[in-house]
Parts: sequence; C-alpha cells; structure tokens
Amino acid sequence: MSEAITSDFLMKTPFHARTAPLCLSGKWGRWAGYSSVDCFYSVTEEYFAVRTAASLFDMSPMIKYRVTGRDAARFVNRLITRDIGACPPGHGLYVCWCDGDGKLIEDGTVFRLAENDFQINTAEHNFCWFEDTALGLDVTIADVSEEFAALALQGPLSRLVLERLGLTGIEAMPYFGLAWFTLDEAPLLVSRTGFTGDLGYELWIEPGRAEMLWDRLMAAGKDYRLTPIGAAALEMVRIEAGLIEIGFDYIGAEAALRESRKRSPYELGLGWLVDLKKSYFVGKRALAEEKRRGGPRWRLVGLEIEGNKPAIESFIYRGRTEVGHVTSAMWSPTLKKNIAIAVLEAPYATPKADLWAEIWHPRELEIRKINAPCRVVRRPFYDPPRRKA
Amino acid sequence: MNASARHDAVVIGAGHNGLVCAAYLAKAGRRVLVLEAGESVGGCAVSGEIHPGYTVSTCAHILHLLHPGVIADLRLKRHGLALSAPDLATLALLPDGEHLLLSSEVQATRDSISRFSRRDAERLPGFRARLERFAGALRPFLMATPPRLANGTWRDRWTLIRLGIAIRRLGRTDMRELLRIVGICSADLVEDVFESDVLKGVLAFDSVLGSFLGPRSPSSAFNLLYRAAGESDGRRGALSHPKGGMGAVTAALAAAAKSFGVEVRTAAPVAKVAIEDTVATGVVLESGEEIAARTVVSNADPRRTFLDLVGPDQLDTDFVRRVRHIRMDGATAKVNLALDGLPDLGGSGPHMANARLLIAPGVDYIEHAFDDAKYGAFSAEPAMEITIPSLHDPSLVPEGGHVMSIMVQFAPYRLRDGGWAAHREAFGDHVLKTLAAYMPDLSGRILARQVVTPDDLERDFRVSGGHWHHGELILNQLFMLRPVPRFAQYRTPIDNLYLCGAGAHPGGGIMGAAGRNAAREIMRDWSR
Repeated sequence: MSEAITSDFLMKTPFHARTAPLCLSGKWGRWAGYSSVDCFYSVTEEYFAVRTAASLFDMSPMIKYRVTGRDAARFVNRLITRDIGACPPGHGLYVCWCDGDGKLIEDGTVFRLAENDFQINTAEHNFCWFEDTALGLDVTIADVSEEFAALALQGPLSRLVLERLGLTGIEAMPYFGLAWFTLDEAPLLVSRTGFTGDLGYELWIEPGRAEMLWDRLMAAGKDYRLTPIGAAALEMVRIEAGLIEIGFDYIGAEAALRESRKRSPYELGLGWLVDLKKSYFVGKRALAEEKRRGGPRWRLVGLEIEGNKPAIESFIYRGRTEVGHVTSAMWSPTLKKNIAIAVLEAPYATPKADLWAEIWHPRELEIRKINAPCRVVRRPFYDPPRRKA
Repeated sequence: MNASARHDAVVIGAGHNGLVCAAYLAKAGRRVLVLEAGESVGGCAVSGEIHPGYTVSTCAHILHLLHPGVIADLRLKRHGLALSAPDLATLALLPDGEHLLLSSEVQATRDSISRFSRRDAERLPGFRARLERFAGALRPFLMATPPRLANGTWRDRWTLIRLGIAIRRLGRTDMRELLRIVGICSADLVEDVFESDVLKGVLAFDSVLGSFLGPRSPSSAFNLLYRAAGESDGRRGALSHPKGGMGAVTAALAAAAKSFGVEVRTAAPVAKVAIEDTVATGVVLESGEEIAARTVVSNADPRRTFLDLVGPDQLDTDFVRRVRHIRMDGATAKVNLALDGLPDLGGSGPHMANARLLIAPGVDYIEHAFDDAKYGAFSAEPAMEITIPSLHDPSLVPEGGHVMSIMVQFAPYRLRDGGWAAHREAFGDHVLKTLAAYMPDLSGRILARQVVTPDDLERDFRVSGGHWHHGELILNQLFMLRPVPRFAQYRTPIDNLYLCGAGAHPGGGIMGAAGRNAAREIMRDWSR
C-alpha cells in the first residue's frame, strides 16, 4: 500500500486535484482501479482528526449500484439476508449477501432512495451476481460508480461542519438516515453512515461538482480542524469500531479458491444481519441448516491482548493448541489497548477461554517472539454514544 | 411434511418416466396422482394419427433401452406391451444404390461389410465385443443412484468403489482402453479401427443421434457405450419396434400404473410447485386448483422444473446459474409420412423389411451436417434414421398403406434467420429432397406429412430447448453431474421435491431408469 504509484494507468477520483497537492507523504494506494491516498502527512494526526475533530476521506472509488424497477425491493430482499421491509424509503441498511451455501459474498450498505429505488455500495464488483440473482424480476441494475463522487465526513465535529455548510435540519438526521440537499444548485445526498464507528456522514454528489463540495467543506470546517485523511488512518478507526473488511477479515465466497476459506455470516459475527423469518433469500436454506446444527465452526471475535505490540497475523493458542488467528490488529491510541479482530474455533470464542497470542514483533530489524495472554472482548472496541445519537 | 394431504405423491407429467415412478410408488402402497398437461399420457413416447387411419410414433420411434426390470416389475407385457419387431437390423443406404446391412446374423453382416472392406468385416465383431464389455461394466450404474462426492454417505462411497471395481475388473488392457476412449470423439474411435466410410458412418451416427454433437465433438464416443448399455426386452443393444407405436409403451405403463392404484389426470397443466418455507407442499394447476401432496415429483425437465415451476424466488443464485447452464438445445427433428405404398429402394429393397434405414454415408457427411447446425442452420444434407413400422405392424395403417418415421440430424433449436415457424415446411421439403437420392419415388407416395422440430417439441411437449433427452447426454452432464452437481440423487434444493425425468441420471431414451431410480430414493426418504 505504501509504494508510490506515479504511472497514470490508475484512474483519478473527482477529488484528485484537491487531494494530490495535499499528499505530502507521497503515499498512495490502489483502490478499485483508482489512486487513493494512503496517508497525507501523518497517520497519527489523521487518526486523531477522526476521533477528536473532523475528517474528510475520499471514498469515490467505492462501487455503487443503482437498482430500480417494479421488483427492485423484491430483488434486494432476494439478495440480502436482512429484511428490506424494515428499511423505509429515506433510510439505509448495513447488509450482507451470501451464496447458495450461505457463505458471505460481501457486506455493504443499501440506501433505499424510494420504494423501488436502491443504491447498493460495495467494495468489490458484484454486477454478475446481482444480475443473475435478478432472474425473472422486473429490475434494472446499473453500475453507477462513476456517476457519484463521494466523501466521508467523520468525527465528533462532523455535524457542526455540515451545519456550518448550511445543511438545515442535519442535526435531526437519524443514524442510517438519508437526506437530500442542494449545494450551489447541485443535488447532494447525505447519508448518516460511515466506516469509523464515530459520528459521521457520507456525502454523494455528481463528479463535476466534486471540487466545489470539497472546497465548501474545507471552508466550513476551517474552525473545526477538518483534516483530509488517507486509508491508513481509516484502517485504524475501523478496527477500533470492530468493523470487518473484505480481503482482510474474510474472503468473499465468489473470490475464495478454497472452500474452507469461505465464511458464513454466523462465523463473522454478522448473525444479527440474518433474518430466517423473512421470505426466501439466497443462502437461507444453508444458513438455517447451519443454525440448526448449532452454529458454525469458526467465530470472529474481538481480542484484547497484553502488551503494546500489535498482534499482526498472529496465531492464537489455548495451551499448546492452535485455535485461531488474527485478521486485523493494532495498538489503539484512544483506548490505550492492544486490540485485534481474530477468527477462533467456536468453543474458544468466549471471554472465559484462556488464550494467548504468538506475536512476532520487529525490533530494529530483529524479530522477537512474544507470547501475550489475551481474552475475547465484545466488539466494537470503541463505541461512543455520539455514533448513533 | 404435509401429513393432511390426500396424496402421498403428485407426479408432474405423464411421460414414461413419470408413469414408471408413479407406478413404483403406488406398487409400494402409496397414493399417487399423476398430472399431465396434455390431452393424453405419454410425453415424448406417443403415437399420433397423421392421416386418417395412419398412426406413427410422433417423437421417439425405436425402443432399445426400456429396462427389463421395469418391464417385469410393472408387468408391462400383461398390460399390453408387445414388440412387433424385436431385433431390427441396420440398413445403411448409399446414394449410388449400394447398401450396408448390419444385423445379428454374423455371417450376413460379415459378407455385407466385406463388399466395402475385408479388414473391417474382420474387425467389427471384436470392436462390438469390446464395446459390449465396456457397456457391461457401466450397465449396473444406469440403475444406481449417482454418488455424492462431498458429504457423501457410505452408500455414495460404495457406489464409487463399485464403479472403480467394475472398471478395474475389465482387466488391464480393457481398462486402459476404456479410460482412453471415454472422453474422445466417436470419429477418432471408429477411425482407429475401421477404414470404410460407410461402416464408420453407421457407428458415428449412433454416437450423435438425439444429441447436439457431431462425430468430432468431444466425448461423442461415450454415447456409443451408453447406447450399448441399453437393453431391449433382455436383448442387449437390440433395437425394437413396439406394437402400436411408442404410444403403446406409455399406454401399457399407464395401464400398469392404474392397476397399482395410480390416478392419472390429463389436461391438468401444473403452473407452480407450492412451497412453504423451502418445503414443497403440493402443486398449483394453471386453473388455479391447489393440490396438496406429501411429495412432489417432477418429470418435467430440470430447467422447466426449477425456473418455471419452482421459480428463482425459492432458489439460490448459484444453483439457478447451474440450471441455466445445462446444455439442452435440441438438434433432432422428426418427419413423419403417411404413404400409399412402399418406396422403391432398388437392390436394397429386400432388406428393409426388418431394419431401420440410415442415411449416414460417412463420418464427414455427418460432421458436415453438424457444422450447419453449429452455426444455426438445419443441415443442408441431414443424416437420418428411418423406420417403416407398418412393415411389421399392420394395425398402424389401412390395407396397402405405410407410415415412415424419419429422425433427422441436425435441426438446431436456435435456428438463425427467423426461427422455426418460418422454416418448418422448408425444412420438411429439404429432408424429402435429400431422401429423393435414395428413394426416387418417395415424394409421389406421400399422403400426409408431419414435421416436428425442436421448437414444436418445446411447445407441444413442454421440453425446454426441444431436447429429446431433457439435457444433452454428454460426459459433463451425466451420472453425478446430471442435472447439476450435488443434485444428482433425484433430490432437489426444495425438500419433498424430486426429479424423476430424463434430466436426471441416467438420462433420455425410453428407458424408465430415471423414474425407477427416483421412486427408490423417494421411498428411501419416506422410510426415514
């Protein structure tokens, strides 16, 4: 992620003209075919902007699908494991969708723009899966990824920034609500969603007006220490928020080469997204069967680990038996704790289990092995009331 | 489980497999209802009057696979099954008036081939014997439930082990040869052994009959084994004519089924399988009538069963993908003729009395015919299998008249340039024009003509893609891969819904094996 990519074979997001001059570190990453800032200047400063002030993250490379047509709601309900009936127009939903074996293909957000008009936001390409799932339904699925520029405005002061921007009524917007505004005559969609576990919003606008939005936000955020952040800081806050990420905490079922690497929602702690009472959805049979058999073999859990060395890619042991491994890990500056997301065999996924992590920690080019006791804790690690308030 | 239902099983479709399955279930004391969309039973095994007094098998016309166990178990002979010709020879016609006759008469066959190639005459018996040994190894598995590979039980593993043992028991030489030829094309297989075009043509024709395959398509050789594995009234590989045409076979099946207590309702098309929370609870007719049943058995093809009768709303996307990818575009058409007398075959005439006629004078001829179909046209020079059942079954025609049943390769389901409605009669004309080279006086004898294209088959017989076998018989769609992997055990993703048709193992042909195997699995589940 940290290599400098200079060639222009990667696409530039609609905010590139604004972000590029600010990217003093020269650290860029690749995201869905776009150049994406990994770190502007200091990961630590960017991290603290999210947790203590306000941050701006260019999430334009996110893949977006628009689903419309008479059967759009029926399609979404056939696709996702949650009941879309619980999501009225003007609201969004965190969802996941599975293959026929009940293994997770991806998690993402669905915005219900109108009764039969949806936007589905994903990290991976899902067009073929969506199209094939829509067989026999009157729906149109369009990849609208390039029709929207998107910014994540996150942090405790993010609401104040939007108030300063003049978005009247923003203070009343509920968690996972959607609202439409007009900014400089451009339609602006705001969703109260995010990947930080903090108070925050995501803003969606036509690409031609992206720079205008950036400039207006930066101006409105001047007094609130509004700071552009890169993917590295985002990665820290999403781990603290206990949020899982495809490619890190799980492999999507469509991409996994090995059957054994596929994970069900129950294995990923997403059981609360599965509604076995609603009408048939893809994977329902398999998930009901998995539940009937007492749940899956693996469980994704939060871990608190002794010491301050991040348990990156560590194996987790109970006694001398390997019982799992870490998928994401960090030292949390806010919590002052060494935390990790790990996959454990189900019997050990309990706070009572006596576990330890084998941490290989580099110390001036010398790798030291640390056996650090750890215990299962609830996720999210960090969950301020303001997230939903 | 729908305990209050009046029927233990409702079978969708009164084709031969549906009737076989229903009969077996009823024979075991179960209450079975068969629902047929058409006006009469039979599916693709029916006879029809094409001219006043002239009856002919509408679709399938030769019986060579009907399983002896089915005939015995269901007492089909008592219910009217009789053969008017138990062992048809094969008479291959050549445009120059020559012919090749293959029959169970060893010496006559040898003499006939010798006129083309002494080597081939010498080698055919050995070739056939080897094919028969291979077929013998495979034959028991036609009546076995294919094993599941993952999550299999001891029974699944045992089936696999038995298959391995059966192949190993062929001995080293034969085992190697079987493994060598199982995936190759029939052209390679016959060209390895024979030199005369006419003999190679006959063998290659049988490898592609009913399929969308040419002699040079991969795995077409396997179809010869499959065909050889069939039995007709206990005679292995024999071709026969049922008395009264193919309709008489299903009439006997229906009579047998009824004798066991099966209720058959015709003109009762099923619109949907009723499903409550992933469990089938009965069916809904197009009329809106709902019929509850403990078990629903579909003799419809897999695509129709899953995409239309069940519907994607009840199925997983990956499963639906697999169903949509089943190769099931038909390529075989039928031309049926009512004749005022026998056509003149010249010097070949005396041999036609107890034979099927083939127009397949070489591997290249068939491959060229296939090439046309491959690109969406019917064959400029089609290969054909012709029977004249009235020669030994006078009940089919008035005095002096005859019926001719012509199976034509190739007539692709997806016809370019306008589809079949616009081309059906032109196709019929074309077939007759091709035949004129072999039977110059044929067109003058025609009283009536019936053309049945894959399009007609799909519409009138409700077979998706108009494929005779409810899905191509090809190595990657057989045994534990038929109709789709993981669901080759007659069970489906919907609890209490089963498949019993040709789309399931072991596939098409008037065999009855799928129906019988399905009944066995259903009863196995019932006794759990």
